[in-house]
Amino acid sequence: MTSYALFLGCTIPARQPHYELAARKALTRLGIQLVDMEGATCCAPPPLQSIDLETSLAIAAYNICLAEEADLNIVTLCTGCFESLTIANRLLKEKPELREKVNKILANAGKEFRGTKEVRHYLQVLMDDIGIDRLKQSIVKPLNNLKVAAFSGCHLLRPSELLRFDDPERPRIFDTLIEALGAKSIPYKNKLRCCGGLLRGYADDVALAIARDKIVNAYNAGADCISTLCPFCFLTLDLGQMLIKATYKEEYNMPIIHYAELLSLSLGVEPKELALDFHKVKIDRVLEKIG
Amino acid sequence: MSGEKPLDFTKEITSKLGGETIARCYQCGTCASTCPVTRTTERYNPRQIIRLALLGQRDEVLKGDSIWLCASCYNCQERCPQKVEIADVIYALRNIAIREGNIPAIYTEFANGLMSEGRLAPISKFLEKKRADYGLPPLKPTGVEAIKKILAATGFDKIMFKKEGTPQ
Repeated sequence: MTSYALFLGCTIPARQPHYELAARKALTRLGIQLVDMEGATCCAPPPLQSIDLETSLAIAAYNICLAEEADLNIVTLCTGCFESLTIANRLLKEKPELREKVNKILANAGKEFRGTKEVRHYLQVLMDDIGIDRLKQSIVKPLNNLKVAAFSGCHLLRPSELLRFDDPERPRIFDTLIEALGAKSIPYKNKLRCCGGLLRGYADDVALAIARDKIVNAYNAGADCISTLCPFCFLTLDLGQMLIKATYKEEYNMPIIHYAELLSLSLGVEPKELALDFHKVKIDRVLEKIG
Repeated sequence: MSGEKPLDFTKEITSKLGGETIARCYQCGTCASTCPVTRTTERYNPRQIIRLALLGQRDEVLKGDSIWLCASCYNCQERCPQKVEIADVIYALRNIAIREGNIPAIYTEFANGLMSEGRLAPISKFLEKKRADYGLPPLKPTGVEAIKKILAATGFDKIMFKKEGTPQ
């Protein structure tokens, strides 16, 4: 059995238990053992990188040290955590001077970054540890050609020089995993463009205008839902539709569904076992379509 | 510009983590044309920020609203023909601005969460109950004490909280 240290981050456990629940159920069913991390903290995402990059690297490295001590690779659900931790892991493995500098900081917390572990997003676990063939064989309830607008979010792919997840201009991994569930990953305008989520709290009007574009483009392409990996994208697009209704007087009723939820449903997890009441835009239409 | 030396600001930026590549910019505008924020609002244009910075317009760059409008999507950085790490340059500029006390309120909130709980989003009682209802395991305590030591070592606490315990 493959084991991973599960790095939950801040937003998923505090705001989106439906994501955590679906991911735990799906990965466990597929034979992945998830070990909860002792003493993990915030991953030091863009808001903290904006305050101080060096501190952010040290915080990310501190969390990687916990996995090194537990002798486990890390799996993340949130693409923001994936980005912060992967960038730190790669930079500190590949730049000895930077590692030395960060280790001096970490010594104050009794830690040393050794560079012995990997950080993986759970999509990589599905692709590499389980494999697409075994995943397809595990599907008991195919998604009935559900038209899914795949939206990986920025930080699964970019900056590609350090994340090395997929081709940043023509990614295929997320689409392949959607289609493995018996759904269709449909093309739509500006598919790889940002949701604007990180501007929430500083420039809400700009963030909402960018989010609206995303919803409109998926809607115009005839999507049954948008599938997300990042909790900020989810929030921006799901809660965002309430704000779009209030601000623009427009209603799209576009279900936003984390891929982990689609995966769980296709593996035979019953909807009532998932925390679907955490969706602002109800997903009943999608549940009806997949039967 | 009298008395100011444009290169001083460039050197300051290139010596910061994230800012190393700014001087490679030849102003082609690929960044602005691929930026989702630039096409939404006139308040933000990455090409212009870089130009102003390289011209030594320190105050305009650091005290203005523009550097806070980058959504960190990395489209520009991905496509820059000169390999300017634009999103990282913006982080470097924000890092300098914050050290000088230009701190948007939302960032003080983030720093507070990190300092007090080790996480940016606090766990409410409602969520704790919901988690239990759904059979999710109780959350392990964060390593907030270790984080405090790291923040003290990098001076982060002093950057964000210049008067003891009081956000700027």
